[in-house]
Amino acid sequence: MATATEQQQGAGVHLLTGSEVMAHVCRLADVDVITAYPIRPYDTVMQYVSKFIAEGDFDADYIPAESEHGQFEIVKHASACGARVFTGSSGVGWLYAMEPLAVTAGLRLPMVALVGCRALDDPGAFGTEHNDAMLVRDLGWMINFPDTAQEVVELGLLSYRVAEDPRVYLPCAIAMDGAFLTHSQATVRLPGQEEVNAFLPPYDRGDLLLHPDNPITIAPQANEDWLMEVRRQSSEAAKNAYTVLKEAHADFSKTFGVDTDPFLDEYMTEDADVVLCGMGTLSLPVKVAIREMRKEGKKVGMVRLKWFRPFPTEELRASLSRFKAVGVIDRDYSFGSPYHGGIVFNEVKAAMYGADKVPHMKGFVCGLGGREVLLEDVKLMADKVISMGQNDAADNEVDWIGVRD
Amino acid sequence: MAETSEYNIGTQELPLMGKVNAIPEKAVEEYFTSGHRTCQGCESALIMRLMAKAAGPRSIILGSTGCMYVANTTYYSTPWVVPWMHTQLGSSGSAATGTAAALRALMRKGKMKEEPINVIAFCGDGGGIDMGVSSISAALMHAKYNLAIICYDNESYANTDIQISGASPWGANTTFTPPGKKFRIMHDCWKKNIAAMYAVGHTRCNYVATADASYPADLIDKVRKALAVKGPAFVHTLDPCPKGWDYDPFYSHKLGELAVETGLFPLWEMTDGALTYTGISARQVYGKRGRKPVREYLETQGRFHHFEEEDYEYFQSEVDKMWDDWMVPGVIPFKVNNPSKK
Repeated sequence: MATATEQQQGAGVHLLTGSEVMAHVCRLADVDVITAYPIRPYDTVMQYVSKFIAEGDFDADYIPAESEHGQFEIVKHASACGARVFTGSSGVGWLYAMEPLAVTAGLRLPMVALVGCRALDDPGAFGTEHNDAMLVRDLGWMINFPDTAQEVVELGLLSYRVAEDPRVYLPCAIAMDGAFLTHSQATVRLPGQEEVNAFLPPYDRGDLLLHPDNPITIAPQANEDWLMEVRRQSSEAAKNAYTVLKEAHADFSKTFGVDTDPFLDEYMTEDADVVLCGMGTLSLPVKVAIREMRKEGKKVGMVRLKWFRPFPTEELRASLSRFKAVGVIDRDYSFGSPYHGGIVFNEVKAAMYGADKVPHMKGFVCGLGGREVLLEDVKLMADKVISMGQNDAADNEVDWIGVRD
Repeated sequence: MAETSEYNIGTQELPLMGKVNAIPEKAVEEYFTSGHRTCQGCESALIMRLMAKAAGPRSIILGSTGCMYVANTTYYSTPWVVPWMHTQLGSSGSAATGTAAALRALMRKGKMKEEPINVIAFCGDGGGIDMGVSSISAALMHAKYNLAIICYDNESYANTDIQISGASPWGANTTFTPPGKKFRIMHDCWKKNIAAMYAVGHTRCNYVATADASYPADLIDKVRKALAVKGPAFVHTLDPCPKGWDYDPFYSHKLGELAVETGLFPLWEMTDGALTYTGISARQVYGKRGRKPVREYLETQGRFHHFEEEDYEYFQSEVDKMWDDWMVPGVIPFKVNNPSKK
């Protein structure tokens, strides 16, 4: 009789958590070096990874590190030597690694990391908030926010493919909602090894490889003489990520026979008057609430951002311009920012500025610290957006939903 | 897969020098050359040169932030002939581990030609004795990774204007511990006993040594032993620094000698748990040679110019304790309480 691990190995449909799927992505991508350090909720992925290695199902150098700083530095250096790497963290653990996170992007190393999104202590909280992952958004990191365990297959494999493309060579964070995705099981179709090999070429560091056959000096002191040019190159790489991701996504769709949009997940938008816009596992209560509201004749839809970096400015402008009003739901905060909104709200507004047709927009902060977003919460937000559309008047207010007064 | 956990890519065979006049014959080539911008009389730069010479061309060297990064490795004028990469101030241990892990994984999986490649990560005293302790400690635990960590200790954060570190000697005048009218001694801690701390705490680490560029053959041999041993190794060097210690660069070599001759910085190596004193320190420990008064060493340096008689006496008494009271002279400070003698 096959072991539990063996049953989960093959291509086909299995009942898996988001973390488990990520471990399978590592196995299928034949990752070479993996580092772990415990913090909830990302760390379940390492339980699966270590078990695969212990069972001999997957060959990688797996190192439990002494801190998140060590954890991310180890894989950073392994990546410079040509190893495909994986690591991850959550909340303040991710921030303990902030120095390596910054230099990894600066060095243009294609590290792939899982962020099990978690509130930043203090006060202590395990639940999901997007502020941890969002703290690398300006540094050159790509960031995606899968909403289901199945989407972890797509975004996980795309992360490696795009990060390791020499036109990009930027690290990529897979930002998974803690508990809601890292720990929740769903049926997932896992791809086979041959399909993955066809989609994902081996990591080739080219003439940037740190090896005695290629004696280069990496990251010497540059100062004002050269740093601005280096930054400009990173900016170009971040621009390239958009094009390369589109290409890679087309290839992904062809190889794995799926039909998804690279950047946006639109739900019931064809005839919608207004939409709610957000990221991650919010999509579940939002989509269920939309189905219920549709029965009441309310033409509400959802536009979910799959990638926050690269940010799909053109696609989002084209999409949101079709609606009378848009409500942006943030599972994060940006204290003291314009309208005291969340990060996504401010970013979406910036993207929409100057579009031919700009919908009225309103921001919502909800579901912080892992608080559940209820159907009533979604309906309340939708009603506010609907009335903004009916009144044809901008409401720049940002409302906190599901919070005690 | 037992072979996965035991797999070791092996180490290079590097002949030992023995004596200083053997160096030109046995290690002619330089792998750390012109292009650096270190100060006149910089002993840390000399450590870099001797370290690279000892390691040879099939090496990867990783350098933590510090003088030997900022002053030493500049874009368009790198002194490194071997592949070199910067690592963060507190991550020399992680850098060595990550590099060794990548080589091991890629060679085992057939993605890279199999050959022993030296992995060296260096750090200053800030990186090796303060901030990077946890990463080095973790690196010294992995018997499967062949790597050497070299801490070039010039006893202050010398790159950022000479601030106190955990390696600064008691009483030293640094920009963070200036003597004043109320407090003559602003730095009231004794230098951290780092090499012994790493040696005692990491039983899988098979080689730990102290060295000093004033004894280059001894230094090169210790680096070569650190690279030849399987598993992790640590070498601590004491590097006189004209800028930080405030003396004429002419005296760098002399101060390196005095640090050993006064017994302040004993030279030793620990191989597979066995301690051997080397050079002058060996003769001192066996009573064949005395220790010079530490005052000779202190008076040569401006950073101790505020010392008064009692300070010299205190300093000498602490050095005497290292040799007279410590269980392992100059290395391990324990005393054993023996209940039978109560």
